[in-house]
Order: sequence, then structure tokens, then C-alpha cells
Amino acid sequence: MKRLDKQEALELFTEAPLLELGRMADEVRREFHPEGVVTFVVDRNINYTNVCINRCLFCAYYRDRDDPEAFILDRESLSQKIRETLELGGTQILLQGGLHPDLGLQYYRDLFRFIKSRFGIHIHGLSPPEVVYIARKEGLTVRETLLALKEAGLDSIPGGGAEILSDRVRKVLSPRKIGSSEWLEVMEEAHRIGMKTTATMMFGSIETPEEIIGHLEAIRELQDRTGGFTAFIPWSFQPKNTALSHLRPATATEYLRVLAISRLYLDNIRNIQASWVTQGLGIAQVALRFGANDLGSTMIEENVVRAAGVTYRAHLQDLIQIIRDAGYRAAQRNTFYEILRYF
Amino acid sequence: MALQKVQEKVLSGKRLTEEEALLLYDSDEIHQIGILADHMKGRISGEYVYFILNRHINPTNICVNRCGFCAFSRSPGEEGAYELTTEQILQKIQEAREPIREVHIVGGLHPFWTLEHYTGMLSTIKEHFPHIRIKAFTAVEVDHISRVSGLEVGDVLRALKDAGLDLMPGGGAEIIDPEVRRALCPEKISGQRWLQIHRTAHRLGIKTNATMLYGHIESHIHRIRHLAALRRLQDETGGFQAFIPLRYHPTKDGSRSYPGIEDLKTIAISRLFLDNFPHIKAYWVMLGEKLSQVALLFGADDLEGTVIEERITHSTGSQGPEYLSREDLLYLIQKAGKVPVERDSFYNPIRVYHEEVGQTRGVGTVH
Repeated sequence: MKRLDKQEALELFTEAPLLELGRMADEVRREFHPEGVVTFVVDRNINYTNVCINRCLFCAYYRDRDDPEAFILDRESLSQKIRETLELGGTQILLQGGLHPDLGLQYYRDLFRFIKSRFGIHIHGLSPPEVVYIARKEGLTVRETLLALKEAGLDSIPGGGAEILSDRVRKVLSPRKIGSSEWLEVMEEAHRIGMKTTATMMFGSIETPEEIIGHLEAIRELQDRTGGFTAFIPWSFQPKNTALSHLRPATATEYLRVLAISRLYLDNIRNIQASWVTQGLGIAQVALRFGANDLGSTMIEENVVRAAGVTYRAHLQDLIQIIRDAGYRAAQRNTFYEILRYF
Repeated sequence: MALQKVQEKVLSGKRLTEEEALLLYDSDEIHQIGILADHMKGRISGEYVYFILNRHINPTNICVNRCGFCAFSRSPGEEGAYELTTEQILQKIQEAREPIREVHIVGGLHPFWTLEHYTGMLSTIKEHFPHIRIKAFTAVEVDHISRVSGLEVGDVLRALKDAGLDLMPGGGAEIIDPEVRRALCPEKISGQRWLQIHRTAHRLGIKTNATMLYGHIESHIHRIRHLAALRRLQDETGGFQAFIPLRYHPTKDGSRSYPGIEDLKTIAISRLFLDNFPHIKAYWVMLGEKLSQVALLFGADDLEGTVIEERITHSTGSQGPEYLSREDLLYLIQKAGKVPVERDSFYNPIRVYHEEVGQTRGVGTVH
């Protein structure tokens, strides 16, 4: 298929019947993954702190430093969580937190070294806003910061904090968070020093269709230059318990539309994840026919989205079942999308 | 493409055979099946998707049948068994958060309630709420009432109608095939009996719905035969309004099952095969809001209603909401690209909503 330009993508996104769009995305998914395998990773989301100075309007998780619910995870709890993850067959931890004013580069280096000295586990950690915060705090460049983190044990970076790569939207929703160009810069630097990352998009708040396509374009353009993105993960804003709780969440048809256009537009990214955490298992299964080839994580623990009221829980068996029922072979993968075992 | 012939028939308005419906089930071209079903839906109801301001009431969970798949029923005297008085039923109608147009009453097979109890319930509701339509009692309940009271089904239905019954729901059909039924719910009335009661109701001028409980032990062929039986009866009487495929919810301690692609396919195949049914309902209580919204693109043209309180599905541990507001329903329908129509019990449009409901709750909304 010929590469879509922005105008074509916008027309498809806003005008094509959803099932036509889904069928096209399904064909592209099949071209990327003709073997008919749908993957997931067994990992655990570990939040090292909930303190965050950014205070984004769409977030239900952050606390101020002096809030009674504020925490920094202690080493013992961290070790316990990692041990449990390994016991369950997990291969990575998704280690994320907030922008805590007391935590500098040394904290993170110590943290990663501590983990690596005790456990054989992949650290998929931080996100561009955290990396930039650390860099600024230390007066280092992004590249210097990333090299120092990598040297201490950070293996790859999840694509969080991208939200919508539109500075108009960011000024409203997350005025203290890094801008679009900084997010892209962190990812580019990470790719250049040999770290893989993912990319996300949080839609369904106040963005326009043009801004969604603009986001996809920014990701595609960077991927053309670096090839460092392993996967793209669109998910919908969950308004409950946030400052934007008066907004209705994006509906399932809107989710499937975004997923399909992502698969069609991002012709240089191999994997598209369905977000069962925000959509539920039913729509996640349908998503496997609308462009997705991966179900993300089994989510042994997931604090950030749970705080926003999403009650969906699923275990390994649930994911395997919906994959099989959709006619695919289920497989556990590692962070780099290499298959570890089939079910 | 394998669906070529089916597609040609659908586009030219020809009836599908059972073999062709099976072909659809065997196909994995779900997008194309959905597109065809949506095309057929468009021919029948245009871009409209119907909903009703209603509430469900389950007057008792005491049931002599105790079907293996049911988590709702209790035996008399068992912990959690309940019976609502007519006074409590009136109270529930009174309490409805939005003015409702229809009450949907189904419950267990109570060992001691006779026809008089039911006619009393109906006439008291009508007396207090003459403008509310009563959709009540599945064929299984009607059969039970006839046996407890020693009356013919026709006489029971006539008496219920005289007392205020406006229409009947479609529950209890499960899977009509006798073999499946023996294994699934041996104590329940036979499929033939279910059909006969609906036939009788239709002849008495009582409109009804039809359901199918799928996703348990039946195979695709059983589903198709089920649909074929309904289609034949509809040819004969024209008394069915809506078909409602119901996905089997496992009981709390039972095996897992998940809604998903199979449900969308079932909705679509129902729409394509039941060419004489005016409406196909995506029952959100069972499918969840998300999947039932997607089902609106797979041939469904009815999203049930506000429901308010539902105990049968929720007793299986279903985590979904028990209530959707009118605004919630409008939003789901509009975001699927369809036109919401508030209907009465007989699918007469009360209001067609062309103005858009905004993303912000309660602001710029429709009054």
C-alpha cells in the first residue's frame, strides 16, 4: 500500500465508514504479521512515586509532595514486586512515576543499579517528561542524562507523556509538562544511543482530528529517521476522578477508528497495541481485527489507570482466550517483541 | 470471495438459506459481514437507532426451574430469595429517575402465584400508571401460570391482556433445538411450546420479542436452526417486533466466556437472516456499552433503553452499569454515526434527535 499523506489520512479518519477503515487496517496488520500471532508481555507496572509537580488535568494519580497519600516506593516493596513478577513468568517491569522535586539523577542511577544487581529483569522505565525533568535538575543535556541512566541499567523507555503532540492541546491540559518537540527530542536521543522506545497517544479529550493526524505524522517522521520505535499505543483519556471528569470518555467506535488510522498511517512501525485496560477485553478482541497485533501487558499491577476508575482486570488466561477466540495464536513476547513462548 | 453469493442476495433483497447463514458463521470476513448487515439495517430502518425510556422489574427470583445457567433464581426459603409486593413494584415505577414509557417485568416461576396474582399486578400498575406500557412475562412464565392455574395458555394470555398486558418479552427461547435444550435446561418448556405460546400471543394481537441464548453448548447449526424457526413463525404471524441475541454469561463459579467478535457476528447474521424481523436489539446490559455501540454498525437498530435496575444478568457478577441515562444513550448512538430515536413500545418514534449531544455532560444537551 502506498504511504498515506496527512490529507488522505484526515479524510479517511473523518469520513470513511468505520468497518471499511477497519478492513483496510486489518489487511495492513496481516501484511505485517502474516503468521497470525497476537502477542503480549508479562510485566508489572511499578510506580516508584505518585508525587508529581506537573499536575496534568487528565491525571487522577498524582499527589503533591505533602499530601498524606504521597509516597516513594521503598526498596523492600520494590524487591517484593519484582520477585513476584519473575515468579509469574514476567520479563520486564514498567517503572514509572511522577516528577518528584526531591529525586535527582543519583536516585535513579542507584535505583536501576539496585534492581540490576539483584534481578535479571528488563527495565522499561521513565518517560520523556521524567527524563527532561532529571536533565534540567542536574543541568545536563538530554543525551548526557540518557547515557547516565542507560549505564546504570535503564533498558528501554515507554512512550508515555506524548498525550497529543500538539502544543495547543498541551497548553490547556498539561501546561507544565514538556512540549511536543521535547518529547520527540528525548525519543530521538534515546534511539540514537541505541535504546528502543514505544510511542503512545492519549486521545478523546479536547483534540481535533487534525491534531490526531499531526501526532501520527510526528511519530512517523521520527521513525523514518531512527527506526527506534517498537510499537505504537493509542489509548483513550479516562476522565473519571480527574479535573476533566465532566467530559464523556471516547466511545468504542471512536477508539476503533483511531486504532485503525494509526495502523494505516504508521507504515514504519511494526506493532500496534490494543489497550484492554481502557477498552475492556471485548473491544480489545475486536481491535485485533482493526489493526492491533498486540495486547500490551498482562498488568500484574497497574496503579495509574486504576486511580481513574477503570475496573477491568484480566489475567494471562483471559488474554490467551480472547486471542484464540479471535482465531490467532497467542504468544508471550519480550520488550523487543521477540516471541518467548506460544500458548 | 466466499461471501460473493450471499452479498448478491443481500443486495438484491433475497432471503438467505440456512446453508448461506452457516457460511457467514464460517467466514472470518467480519468487516464485510458487518457492512452487509448494516446495509440491510439501512433498508429497514435507515440511519435510525431506537431506544426507550423504560425500567426493568424482576418481581421474584423464586423459581421452580433452577436452570443450570442461571445465577438469579432461588428456591423458596433459600437465602436471598425475594418476592416484591405490588406496592413495592409501584414504588419502583414511581422512583424512576426519568419519566418512563414502558415497564419490563420478568421473574422466576413462583410455585404459588396464580393467574389472579399476575392480573392483579397488571391492573394495579395500569390503574396507577395508565400511560405506561407493560411488557411482561416470558413464554416460560405464561406456561407456568397456565399450569399453576389449570388454564389453557390462550385463556391465560387473554386474561393477562384484559388486565393490562401490552406486549411480551422474548425470553426463555434459549436454543430451540431439543437436544441442546435437554442438556441446557431440561426443566424448561420445550422449544416447540415456546413457539406455540408466541403464536397464540400473536393471534390474540399481543406483539412479542424473540431471544436466543448462545455461547454455551450449542453449535452454529443450532443457532441457525433457531433463527429459522423464528423466521417461519414470523412469516406465519408477523407478531415479532425485535430479535435479541443474548450472549451466555457464565455463572459466578462457572467457566469464563467473553463478549467480542462472535457477538458482533451473531448480531449481523441475525440481521441478515431474519429478513422479516423489523428490529434487532443490541442488549447493552449483556454486551456492555462499548460492544453494543459497535453492534450498531453490525446491523442492530435498537439499544434497549434506560433499564434502571436489572438483576438477572447482574446476578452473574456482571460489572457493567445498571442504568444508562437518555443522554448516555444519545451519545453512544450519535458517536456511532447513527440517528437516535426515542420510541414507544411499538416502535413509533416519539422523538428523532438530530441535534448533537456534546462531550461535556449536562452542558448544551438536549432537553
